[in-house]
Amino acid sequence: MSSTSIPAGQISTLHAIRNKAPLFLAILFGATLYASVCNLYVPQGSVFYVSTYTITLLGKYLCYALLALSVDVIWGYCGILSLGHGAFFALGGYGMGMYLMRQIGDRGVYGNPELPDFMVFLNWPELPWYWAAFDQFWFSALMILFVPGSLAFVFGWLAFRSRVTGVYLAIMTQALTYALMLAFFRNEMGFGGNNGLTDFKDILGYNLQADNTRVVLFLLTALALALAYVASELIMNSKFGRVIIGIRDAEDRLRFLGYRTDLYKVALFVYSALLAGIAGALYVPQVGIINPGEFSPLNSIEIVIWVAIGGRGTLYGAVIGALIVNYAKTKFTAILPEVWLFALGALFVAVTIFLPNGLVGLFKRRSQGKLS
Amino acid sequence: MKYFLHLTLFFILSLAIQTVQAEDSINADDQDQMTQIIHLADQLSRVRLKKIQPILSQLEITGADIVQPMFEAMRAGNLYYLKADKNSQRRPVIVESLGDSNYQLKDAITLDKKGQATKKQLKKIRSNNKIRGFLRDAIARLTLSSENPEVREAAVKNMLASIDEKTIDLLLKARLQEQDDDILELMDVAIALHTLRTSEDAGQRLAALEPLEQSLLPVVRNSLNQLVAVDAAGKYIEADDTLRVRASEMLKDIQQQLDFYGFIETLFFGLSLGSVLLLVATGLSITFGVMGVINMAHGELIMLGAYTTYVVQLMMPNYIEYSILVAIPAAFVVSGLVGIAIERGVIRFLQGRPLETLLATFGISLVLQQAVRSMFSPLNRQVASPEWMSGSLEINAVLSITYNRLYILIFALLVFFALQLIMKKTPLGLYVRAVSQNRDMAKAIGIRSGWVDAMTFGLGSGIAGVAGVALSQLTNVGPNLGQAYIIDSFMVVVFGGVGNLWGTLVGGMSLGLVNKFLEPALGAVLANILVLVFIILFIQKRPRGLFPQKGRVADS
Repeated sequence: MSSTSIPAGQISTLHAIRNKAPLFLAILFGATLYASVCNLYVPQGSVFYVSTYTITLLGKYLCYALLALSVDVIWGYCGILSLGHGAFFALGGYGMGMYLMRQIGDRGVYGNPELPDFMVFLNWPELPWYWAAFDQFWFSALMILFVPGSLAFVFGWLAFRSRVTGVYLAIMTQALTYALMLAFFRNEMGFGGNNGLTDFKDILGYNLQADNTRVVLFLLTALALALAYVASELIMNSKFGRVIIGIRDAEDRLRFLGYRTDLYKVALFVYSALLAGIAGALYVPQVGIINPGEFSPLNSIEIVIWVAIGGRGTLYGAVIGALIVNYAKTKFTAILPEVWLFALGALFVAVTIFLPNGLVGLFKRRSQGKLS
Repeated sequence: MKYFLHLTLFFILSLAIQTVQAEDSINADDQDQMTQIIHLADQLSRVRLKKIQPILSQLEITGADIVQPMFEAMRAGNLYYLKADKNSQRRPVIVESLGDSNYQLKDAITLDKKGQATKKQLKKIRSNNKIRGFLRDAIARLTLSSENPEVREAAVKNMLASIDEKTIDLLLKARLQEQDDDILELMDVAIALHTLRTSEDAGQRLAALEPLEQSLLPVVRNSLNQLVAVDAAGKYIEADDTLRVRASEMLKDIQQQLDFYGFIETLFFGLSLGSVLLLVATGLSITFGVMGVINMAHGELIMLGAYTTYVVQLMMPNYIEYSILVAIPAAFVVSGLVGIAIERGVIRFLQGRPLETLLATFGISLVLQQAVRSMFSPLNRQVASPEWMSGSLEINAVLSITYNRLYILIFALLVFFALQLIMKKTPLGLYVRAVSQNRDMAKAIGIRSGWVDAMTFGLGSGIAGVAGVALSQLTNVGPNLGQAYIIDSFMVVVFGGVGNLWGTLVGGMSLGLVNKFLEPALGAVLANILVLVFIILFIQKRPRGLFPQKGRVADS
């Protein structure tokens, strides 16, 4: 890694982002507004009507896109491959899930005003202390940021200071999410065990099943994605971002120049974890369930694949990758469920061998070829 | 010459005839006994209840070991005859309920399977408490005088819990003829327990404690506990002080021994888990440790090995005992070839790009999983254990070691040392080490690095397949078998130190031990989590594992 000099193409990539940002935002807002309006104001029989199911599905895709963005920030720009980003996503999701669980109140199956259903079922005498404040939205929102952020901080602090890099780091992050998955599967943890948290009723007083709420959540997700996109782009174009890219290409050289590369990496890792946590928090009310399966190492690796397929180090590539792969997954699993894993596996292999820069790289090469 | 030939022929012929005659006479005896048993068994269902006991006595005398299953079935109320046989000869059958009033039938004398019948087609052979009491004693008599020492030992063990005046007489009689030391000891324990319970004489009871001294049997512990027990008012139930003090001393001794054996057992479980970890990680320590290739499909190569075992067993259903011995080389070849295909087809294009290799091999693992799922169905497959691997080695009443875990422990070490030999003593090992240390230099002196890569990867994958054979003896074989072990095996290699085979051995064994010693206090899952967290922290402290490879490279 240290011996490779900065490829000339990387610098031009940076300028390319700046040009793509307005276009990206325009497409995103155009599409979301169109879908929302067509859902709320077009009669159901019309050809232009967009069903609420589609809205929810699109909202889910956008959450995945945000998650992919968070992985691209560290992998594409800093060379840190995390195979455990699903952990931050799931932790954010559990934060939101706990808030929604408390909002159910006495409308649960057992009608207990204080305890969620699964605790009644498991004969818990009272609410555990860590559940206490989750009936407040502001507290939950804070935790959605704080828990993934602090986990990323502690993990990153330990790992980057000891210069654990590359493959070792990847395997460690995988072990981290695996350990969390095992932990959340335990009933004793108080997070619903195997079944997770589900059966949500409303958020901030609005019914989660209503079309209006769904559309608002969808728009919020789009807004979050847009903000994250702009923020990430600003970061990458700042001096901080230049150092980050420098770390990716020649960490030793930066270290010898006097940069505390570990601090830069920790900061970026925490930022990325925050994005993943937000994505998880937006995901749960739209999908309606969060369970320990989200922690599974397979999920985390899938995120990496979205980014790889889209093309890393471009931000919009990650978003495109997440949208395309998930759309394909929805289609494939509905029509040919057995083929999906074959297709996904083949994609992994094909992309890494033939498309090292992803789909974005493919198009870029083409357009560059035309120019020259 | 011709004469000689005739003579020999005659000699051989006459010999043959003689043996046939001898066999015939034995068969005739057997035949006679059989007809008698069949006749008596037929009578069982015909006579009045009062007359049953004499028939049973006669059966006991003529039948010996043969009638024991029939007696046991009758005592348990499982002995019937078919209503269809009502007017012909009635052969009793032993029934086993299959639910829905369907029964599986077994001939009570030959124990051959005789198909199924419904409840309506059967009639029970009657008995009462008196007959059942007689049967119990008869079974005890039959088993105690059995020629098979294992049967005798089991008989004494069965009697331990419920000794009364009748059985003690039997036991005392049998003791006179017993030759086997272990069984004699057991009999002494049984007799002592009886004395302790029934005798009035304080000296006799105290003396009866002595044979119990070294015994770890639960029933002995119970009896001793009764001696030191207190009643509701807090008073000792046992009046004799010396007896009580002695009993509590003995209990303390026994507890110490139990703790010791418990420790040994945990140790063995830990080593057993460690050996599984070692097996699954050994292949990885070659591909990952020596070659530096992150093979996420390693778990699936293990799974392929397990499925190979399953297929081999399907192909030779009559030789289950040996199928596993065939499966070991077969699994090595299958997984090895798949490994070589992966290396030649994918990994070699990604040399020097470890993160991409990781992703590509993960894709391969998904494809392999789905392929197996499509070919064999997603359901788990059961691989039968050969006879010599099932059962357990009973060291004493509280400590027994299952054979399959013991064999796997030995097998893991064998595989490990075989690999060490290959790496240290063969040309292939030399090339592998040369290429892993300095690829360009190795190429320069004429080593075909591509060929070495393929062979090394094939070797590591083959060992993964062999690990799969061992795992098929411990768990169910399913498409997700490998996934469960992939993270663990990476942990072992990273913990032990990449590129160091000895590190893998120490890493695997110590992780297994730590896991099992934490388990009683924390539970399996929490122990697993704690070990993972421990390794994550450990790697921060020592990024190159327990035994880092010595080298002069500043950054890698």
